[in-house]
Parts: sequence; structure tokens; C-alpha cells
Amino acid sequence: MSEIKKLFSLGVWKDNPVYRQILGICSALAVTNLLMNSLVMGIGLIFVTAFSSLTVSLLRNHTPKHIRMMIEVLIISTYVIIMDIFLKAYWPEMSDALGPYVGLIITNCIIMGRCEAYAQNNPPFLSFIDGATMGLGYTAVLLFIAFFRELLGFGSLFGIQVLGDSFMRWTLMVMPPGAFFMLGIVIWIARNIFPDQTEGGPVNG
Amino acid sequence: MVEINPLVIFVASIFTNNMILANFLGMCSFIAVSNEIETSFSLGQAVTFVLTATSVLNYLIYHYVLVPYNLEYLRFIIFIIVIAAFVQLVEMIIERYFENLYYSLGIFLPLITVNCAILGVSLFMVIRDYNLLQSLLFGAGSGIGWTLAIVAMAGIRKKLKTASIPKGLEGPGITLIITGIMALAFLGFSGIVKIQ
Repeated sequence: MSEIKKLFSLGVWKDNPVYRQILGICSALAVTNLLMNSLVMGIGLIFVTAFSSLTVSLLRNHTPKHIRMMIEVLIISTYVIIMDIFLKAYWPEMSDALGPYVGLIITNCIIMGRCEAYAQNNPPFLSFIDGATMGLGYTAVLLFIAFFRELLGFGSLFGIQVLGDSFMRWTLMVMPPGAFFMLGIVIWIARNIFPDQTEGGPVNG
Repeated sequence: MVEINPLVIFVASIFTNNMILANFLGMCSFIAVSNEIETSFSLGQAVTFVLTATSVLNYLIYHYVLVPYNLEYLRFIIFIIVIAAFVQLVEMIIERYFENLYYSLGIFLPLITVNCAILGVSLFMVIRDYNLLQSLLFGAGSGIGWTLAIVAMAGIRKKLKTASIPKGLEGPGITLIITGIMALAFLGFSGIVKIQ
């Protein structure tokens, strides 16, 4: 139980994949113009990360070491395909809105990173929890960024107008520059809260 | 969609629909590698080359293998395998025949497989229904645009080394803010051409 608690606090807060490890930021920037898109993307990522970690962990004693990366990519792709087909079938508008970014979950290095760093050496259940909490941490940051971008850019939250017509919309916030500024600010704040950050670190995908 | 002049796509993918600044693709290596102008340029060249070749390869495979057999849903797996295999192949060829190039590019090649710009271009190509020539120029243009952005960023970061940056903003933080400003500047191009 304490292990699960530790994983939870690491994934969501202390070792958050987005602002601490600077992983998976491509999609973090791309889908955060609307809260709803971010939520769907986050849930998708939790699903893919958790189940990929689980599968990698289950197969870890049967995978030859030198081709394990390829196997991990195939496992991840399988879950991404499931998610893509599911979205297309039940929510085609969202599938269109997210466009290529659903497919790009494959190259989201949070997933690969968790498979390599955790699931390779840990039992299935803990790997599953680890993947899920990392996905949760990612979702939390996405929602935080999207909250400000949607509120200031459209004056709405989850598509519901909250700021009224008199509010002058900051169109810039929903355009690409707004995304870069917001993420930069989030990282800035996070680094002031956790000043022990070692420079550099794994940055990929 | 299909009627767009391929040259328009080429110019648009460099300036107005820049991979990094408008579509956020390839951010990770962009932040990690944009310290030195020379290395950024080498990586940019490698990305452009792989991007151009894989967009054509993926186009052919998608339209001549996947579509006839109704296997479109397998495209994620197929694209990533094609990219990985192609990168591996290029690495072996370069190592065997162009040793100098291998030492300047070699270390970046494996990195490219996980660069989301590569997969992203292939996916955009399918979504936007490009034909072969359009895909080719879209791939090449995206690569050039990516190179332009990363080299410009490396130049700016070189100047930044002597600047005093607020605590906590060094590294990724300031890079993202500068990227934001660059994206703002590139918005100025948006009147020239428009795709999508």
C-alpha cells in the first residue's frame, strides 16, 4: 500500500512527467487549447501508459533484451490503435479535433520512459499503477494549462461561457505562442517549488 | 484538398505551418539539442532527409498496401516500423560508406525514430489526403522548417549563455518562452499562404 502511495505522489506531484522530466510536451502543447480535448487526451494517455506498462511487465521475463524497444513500441501502438478506433467509433468529432495527436501518443516518451525505467524491472500490478499515476500527472498538468488557455482565449470552461460577452478574448492564448508561454511559466513555477532539479535529464520524443 | 499546388504546401510547411512553431511536433529533441548551432544543423539535416524519404515510403505503403486490403487502422504500427527500419538502414549505410558523415550525424539517427515530427508528417499526410508529389514536398518542407527553427533557436540560446535568467527559468523554461516569441514572429508569415 505504501508503495502505491509513493508511486502516486511521485507521478502526480514530485516527479511529474511534464514539468519535472520535460517528457511528452508535444501533445501537452497541441491539445491544451480546450479543456475537453485535454481531458480526452489525458484519459487516453492514462489508458495507454497503464496497459502498456502492465503488458511490458508481464512479458518482461520472456522478452529478449536486444529487441525489447521494438516490442515496447509494438505494444504501445496496439493500445493506441485501440484508443483511436474507439474514439472514431463513439466520438468522431473528438477524433477529428485531436487529429494526428492521437497517433502521436506512440512517440510520447512518457510511455516509453515508464516501460524502460519501471515496467522492465517491476511486477505487473505495480507497473500498472506506475503507468496510471504518470498518466494522471500528465493529465493534471494538461488540464491546468488548458484551464487558463480556454478561459482567457475563449472565455469559457468545457465549452460553457463563464466570462460573459464584455470580456476581451486573448486570442493569442489559443494560438501556438500561448501554449509555449503557458508551459514555460508552468515549468518556471514548478522549478521554484522543487529547486533540487538536476539540469538536463532525459529529453526525447 | 488535393488541388493545392504542391509548391504552396512546400512554402507553407516551412513558414506558416512550421512543424515546431505551429504544430508542436519534435519539441523534445528541439529543446534537448538546441544548444550548439553545428549540432542543431546536423540534426536538422538528418531529420529533413529521413522526413522526406519516410513520407514518400509511407505514402506508397499506405496507398498501395494498406488501403487495398482495408487495413488503414494498422497505419500507426506500420508507419513507426517503416520509420524505425529506414533509420536503421540509413545508419548502416552511412556507417559503411560515409564515415565522416557518420561521426557528425550518427549519434542523432537513433534519436530521430522517436522524433514525433516524423510520425506526425506521415499522419498529417494521410489526414489531409495528399498525393505523392504533395507528400514529398510536405515532408521536405517540414524538415527544412524544423531545421530553420532549431538553428535559429540554437543561435538565440548561444547569446543567452551570458544573460542572467531568473532562477528556475533556465533550460527548458526559457527555451519554451523564446519558442513562443518565435512562434509569434512566424505568425507574421501567415498572410502569405495558408493550408489546412
